[in-house]
Amino acid sequence: MNIPNIPVLIPAVFLFAALLIPILGYWKRSLCIYPALGASGLAVFYSASGLLHTVEHGYVSYHLSGWVPPIGIEYILDPLSAFICLVITSVTTIVLIHSRRIVRFETPDKEMPFYSLAMLLLMGLTGMVMTGDFFNLYVFLEISALAGYALVAIGDKRAPMAAFKYLTLGTAGAAFYLLGVAFIFISTGTLNMADNAAVIHHVDHTIPVMIGLSLIVLGTGLKMALFPMHAWMPDAYSYASSSATALIAPIGTKVSAYVLLRIMFDVFDPSYSAQQLPLAQIVGYLGAIGVIWGSILAISQKELKTMLAYSSVAQVGYIGIGIGLASPLGFIGAVLHILNHACMKACLFLISGNLRFRLGHSWIPRFEDSLRITMPWTAVAFVVAAISMIGLPPTAGFFSKWYLALGSIEQGSWIFLVVLLVSSLLNAVYFFRIMEKMYIRPQTEEMLKAQAQEESPAWGRKEAPWSMLGPVLLLAVSLLALGIFNVWIVTNFIEFMIPTGL
Amino acid sequence: MSPEVYTSSIPFLAVIVSMAAVPLILLSSRKPNLREFWTLAAAFIKFPLVLSLLPDAFAGKVAQFTILEIYPGIALELKADPVGIFFAIIASGLWILTCFYSIGYVRGSNEKKQTRYFASFAVCLSATIGIAFSANLLTFLIFYEILSIATYPLVIHKENPEAIRSGRQYLTYALTAGLVLIAAIGWTYVLAGTLDFKPGGLLDGVINDPWIAKTIFILFIAGVGVKAGIMPLHSWLPAAMVAPTPVSALLHAVAVVKSGVFGVIRVVGYTMGPENMQMFGLDLLLAIFAGGTILLASIIAMKQDNLKARLAYSTVGHLSYIVLGLALISPEGFTGGLLHLANHATMKITLFFCAGAIYVNLHKTEISQLDGIGKVMPWTMGAFTIGSLGLAGVPPINGFISKWFLCVGSLAADKVVILFIFVISGLLNAVYFFPIVHRAFFRPGDKDLEKHGEASMMMVIPICIVAALSLGLGLYPNLFFNMFDLAQGITQSVMNIYPEVFFTDKSL
Repeated sequence: MNIPNIPVLIPAVFLFAALLIPILGYWKRSLCIYPALGASGLAVFYSASGLLHTVEHGYVSYHLSGWVPPIGIEYILDPLSAFICLVITSVTTIVLIHSRRIVRFETPDKEMPFYSLAMLLLMGLTGMVMTGDFFNLYVFLEISALAGYALVAIGDKRAPMAAFKYLTLGTAGAAFYLLGVAFIFISTGTLNMADNAAVIHHVDHTIPVMIGLSLIVLGTGLKMALFPMHAWMPDAYSYASSSATALIAPIGTKVSAYVLLRIMFDVFDPSYSAQQLPLAQIVGYLGAIGVIWGSILAISQKELKTMLAYSSVAQVGYIGIGIGLASPLGFIGAVLHILNHACMKACLFLISGNLRFRLGHSWIPRFEDSLRITMPWTAVAFVVAAISMIGLPPTAGFFSKWYLALGSIEQGSWIFLVVLLVSSLLNAVYFFRIMEKMYIRPQTEEMLKAQAQEESPAWGRKEAPWSMLGPVLLLAVSLLALGIFNVWIVTNFIEFMIPTGL
Repeated sequence: MSPEVYTSSIPFLAVIVSMAAVPLILLSSRKPNLREFWTLAAAFIKFPLVLSLLPDAFAGKVAQFTILEIYPGIALELKADPVGIFFAIIASGLWILTCFYSIGYVRGSNEKKQTRYFASFAVCLSATIGIAFSANLLTFLIFYEILSIATYPLVIHKENPEAIRSGRQYLTYALTAGLVLIAAIGWTYVLAGTLDFKPGGLLDGVINDPWIAKTIFILFIAGVGVKAGIMPLHSWLPAAMVAPTPVSALLHAVAVVKSGVFGVIRVVGYTMGPENMQMFGLDLLLAIFAGGTILLASIIAMKQDNLKARLAYSTVGHLSYIVLGLALISPEGFTGGLLHLANHATMKITLFFCAGAIYVNLHKTEISQLDGIGKVMPWTMGAFTIGSLGLAGVPPINGFISKWFLCVGSLAADKVVILFIFVISGLLNAVYFFPIVHRAFFRPGDKDLEKHGEASMMMVIPICIVAALSLGLGLYPNLFFNMFDLAQGITQSVMNIYPEVFFTDKSL
């Protein structure tokens, strides 16, 4: 097993697949999915074995092309990056399994670009996680962002406009990040993160470093869709194709959250970013406002995907709150929520895909009682995911909220506690609204007629095919499992990630 | 003295058995008889399992089962301590009767979606027993939330706009309560570093600041008080009466609402502790709300014409009897509260069963329509009479015993005002129940009543059994399960008194 090479292997595998797919697709389009699946499966394996290794033996550092850092680019595999990588790659694998039918259904003839871009996106995201170099992170940020814009643009008629909005704001975010890196580089003279961490305390009282860090937080916050910089997200998620949304939504913003955690607590001293320069607090309060704002807007949406996108704004806010607490409990809550929310949102977006595949729409006012009969398993999975989103025990969503709640009580941050609790209630409003429709809404005349003549095509089972239902059910079950076994994850993995000095 | 703790899977099995029946119920949705067999089988397994723990409670042993760790240092843990067994016996015992009654009811009134009904019912019972056996607050919270969610499909069972509205109201209250409870439990954990229930209170000696104590206590009571129907948090309960009557009978008179009251017991006796309650004046706070609820609910009940609504408000009042008994922080009051938990269960379930039988048989829901039905349904209305006499506190029905202890408790605690509340409320109970009995037996009925007979045996037999149980427990409080001794033992462990006569005094 070549553990030392894992940090670079994960992005490289995706890059290789991204190049292979056009070649294969040129010959036969239906084969495009297999290199994608193979690459993400391999990446899951690498991240899992990397995670096990790094928890036991400490971090692994890879020097790109043999150049020794801080001059050369360094890739770091430590528990946090391996864990985030594992989350990204496993959720992706599940989404890709689901995508086979629906990509062909929603965007026919575009499988080749779709899968190739998906691989580029993942290469960018995993690269952002693995890299230990500020500038290299920017490069990967742009790779993932460009692939993301193109993926969003492969959607319905309004998708290109949404992609353009996404591109404008995303580019601004990347520019802020780069500007911040430049400020830090002129102060410390190095781009390597570990190197910066060692020397930053000599210069962290100077204005350029303060501005630099603030700009980095601003840029990353924009990519993370932190309130009030979330405007690009709802449009991009609603108009992209189902698979593209399911691919980007659960993990895209999380990687930016990871970058924020990394830079604020690992590169800079937690006490610096939390107290001296109260950026963590600002992120926390913005997150808190985002939680409430996103939930309220989600309530007023009629399109399932738009609603889920606004709910993502709220859920990213939870991670922001975890960062704002700047305590071990807040950190555990944030990391656990990255995992839990990735699974929940993937599950919900895949469900919206299933609905679109069978019903042709995911327009909430048109959901009705017949879903209970026609797509029973999808409906059940929706209930589980919704309960987890609301944060009721014993599902996964409860536990990340529980850690965050404990953290806010411990610090006496009552505002965060109130926000966490109120948002659960708001989540309940918009999810129960849909569940009511799925299970008890009186049927339309049309459906009742169809029900009367039993053989009617409108009535009876028309559950999504197994390749689409399987991933949804797997994610729904994993939500229960992640909740019940959260202690195992926390004590075996997350506790190793807590930055020193937090 | 601390009880001897041993590991046993019985508490876990008792919780899980009805949960395990759910897939079987769902799978046999097309074969109603098989489906009902699973429900009955679960009920008949659950009750003996709970009962088998009873000897331990008297021997001073506690069965414990750790399922798994759910937070570093806190496990999902079940512990069959005496007070848990006390509540579990009531809930699981009455479930058996409700099962039979449910079958009679849903078939008699041709309810739709019966599979969902029986499956949700089974989940509710699992959650209730889980609440009874929870060893710590986090486990309690988990089962409490499961109960909230599992009751929702039962509340909206009729699926008409009224039911959906009530369902929304119920969810709003229940979910808010759960969230408030999360805040209270989190705060408790941060203060005490543990969440394990302890007779005498896990926060005993931990809190010094009266404002923190008051805030935590209010959060706790707001959390459990929603299910316990303490005013002003009660209004979901009358609304939830749109549910089928067996649901109102077992869940909205016994399992769900008593889970709330049981939560109050856990908060007062095992989390805050009597010492803290008295030191920070929390007992007075609780007593004001509970006393106010008793009087207001009784007055509102008088104005209700819908039979189930009147019963619902009566339930709200009687739940606060128990809470008020606990708030007295006197041994007799605590015992009286516990006894009323059991006694009110048998009496109120009798009344709800009767209301359901009247509805299925005669399709009558309003009290003003009940003239003369005593001649048509003598057994049902006879049972109704016993139940209403008991709730008014007339000897020799079991309601008298608990009310006696509550009154003695209020004297012992030197709180004459509370004594008056109990007495006045007893009178009010008589005022709103006796007219129903009067109408049924002493007013001439309509002509078309003669076409009808007594309700089906599936319903009448359970009604007679619960009525007889109320009477029997009144004549001999230790009947069958030594509930009376158990209640006294629990009181002693919580109040930390007379450890040398623990479980020896068998006389009334």
